[in-house]
Amino acid sequence: MALVLMPEWPTEDWLASLDGQMKRAPTFFEGRPVIVDFSGLGEPKTDYQALIAELEKRDIRIIGVEGAPEGWTDSDTWGRPPIATNGRADRFIEVVEDEPKEPAVPDVNSLVLQGPIRSGQTVYFERGDVTVLGSVASGAEVIAGGSVHVYGTLRGRVIAGFAGQADAGVFCRRMEAELIAINGVYKVADDMPATVRGKPIHAKLDGDAIVMVTMS
Amino acid sequence: MAEVLVVTSGKGGVGKTTSTASLGVALAQSGQKVVIVDFDVGLRNLDLIMGAERRVVFDLINVVQGDAKLAQALIRDKRVDTLSLLAASQTRDKDALSEEGVERVIGELREKFDWVICDSPAGIEKGAALAMKYADRAVVVTNPEVSSVRDSDRIIGLLDSKTAKAERGERMEKQLLLTRYDPVRAERGDMLKTDDVLEILSIPLLGIIPDSEEVLKASNLGSPVTLSSPTSAPARAYFDAAKRLRGETVPMTVHSDKSGLLGRLFGRRVA
Repeated sequence: MALVLMPEWPTEDWLASLDGQMKRAPTFFEGRPVIVDFSGLGEPKTDYQALIAELEKRDIRIIGVEGAPEGWTDSDTWGRPPIATNGRADRFIEVVEDEPKEPAVPDVNSLVLQGPIRSGQTVYFERGDVTVLGSVASGAEVIAGGSVHVYGTLRGRVIAGFAGQADAGVFCRRMEAELIAINGVYKVADDMPATVRGKPIHAKLDGDAIVMVTMS
Repeated sequence: MAEVLVVTSGKGGVGKTTSTASLGVALAQSGQKVVIVDFDVGLRNLDLIMGAERRVVFDLINVVQGDAKLAQALIRDKRVDTLSLLAASQTRDKDALSEEGVERVIGELREKFDWVICDSPAGIEKGAALAMKYADRAVVVTNPEVSSVRDSDRIIGLLDSKTAKAERGERMEKQLLLTRYDPVRAERGDMLKTDDVLEILSIPLLGIIPDSEEVLKASNLGSPVTLSSPTSAPARAYFDAAKRLRGETVPMTVHSDKSGLLGRLFGRRVA
């Protein structure tokens, strides 16, 4: 599935807010094909080429462009499959083989953190499990693509399996959480049974509901 | 070697300014050269607590902006001659502070004093951020109640990430000062217990200041409790905390003014 990026005028501000988002979620665009939709710009003077270059500098993999004015570019400067209009490729397609990049470090799919995670801090880890050795404070947030393990007290919010992993779980030594979500299904503290408070808990998805099991 | 100490909390009204003044007096009375700096630009209070409000000519903003020399702005305390005050401006706001200016002023103060104690404003915005930015260590003032504890937790996170020391990859030393503590109410469960607060914040304890009328009285007198009634329970607690700041080991007790049964019951060690 490709992502669509829709730049807005002025492009400097838009790029700055994009940078902000990429700082919060550095792996968001990693390995994802991106289509740039210029139709939101509405500014005739835009330097499309420069904008494309800016995006490429951020390691965003652009596979196509939409909504640019007719005749904006030609194949000399444009080394990719060219402009798609409404998703149909209407001109030639040239396959460019990128040199396969050697990953600097092998892909890690777990993140281990020395606690505590303080109020106001967000841990965002898309690729897999997060393990926190201390506590997660009230007002802190852990977001993981996989499961979340908390070896201290869980007082904050945990969002596990957010990238669609339904078998993700939330584990903690002591349950005092404000909110737990797994694969889009969530439960706030108010909806949690009183019997799980203060207990070591494994929370998992059972169909469309979060169930919490006490661990011995 | 000067120590720059920030007294901070996130939440307002928990006793930052009172603690800054009381600790400043306690440290200065032990012979250390101390300056207390009010960072609460626009809502200055430290001058009142110190009873120096009629002697403020130049303030922190004047020095930061280069309109006055540091020596002109420092107000020497009349009661403890090793203690000085750098007041905040009441007519300006926090935007008048700049990072470079604050760094320069803190640097100059480092050369003149043994202790530079920065009284942070409440909140997590520019004023609070600049008060902690160039500090070597921090005292986190917390009341034994949930909202104060959560705000303190947020501030500890900022101390670990947004200070110059943290940005250099060094560890910021943080200590907890539990203020307005009432052992009877904590025992009854109306208030968080020391252990609960320590468990949530997981930083070492600097001291426990008992809730006391004396503190309010002292503030209105313009004389910190460590000066106006040095034998009162809160004053003794501040003296203990000041000793711990200097690296001495003092057993942790909850001081009490009450004699008799309650005093004996709750005068014991707690942590």
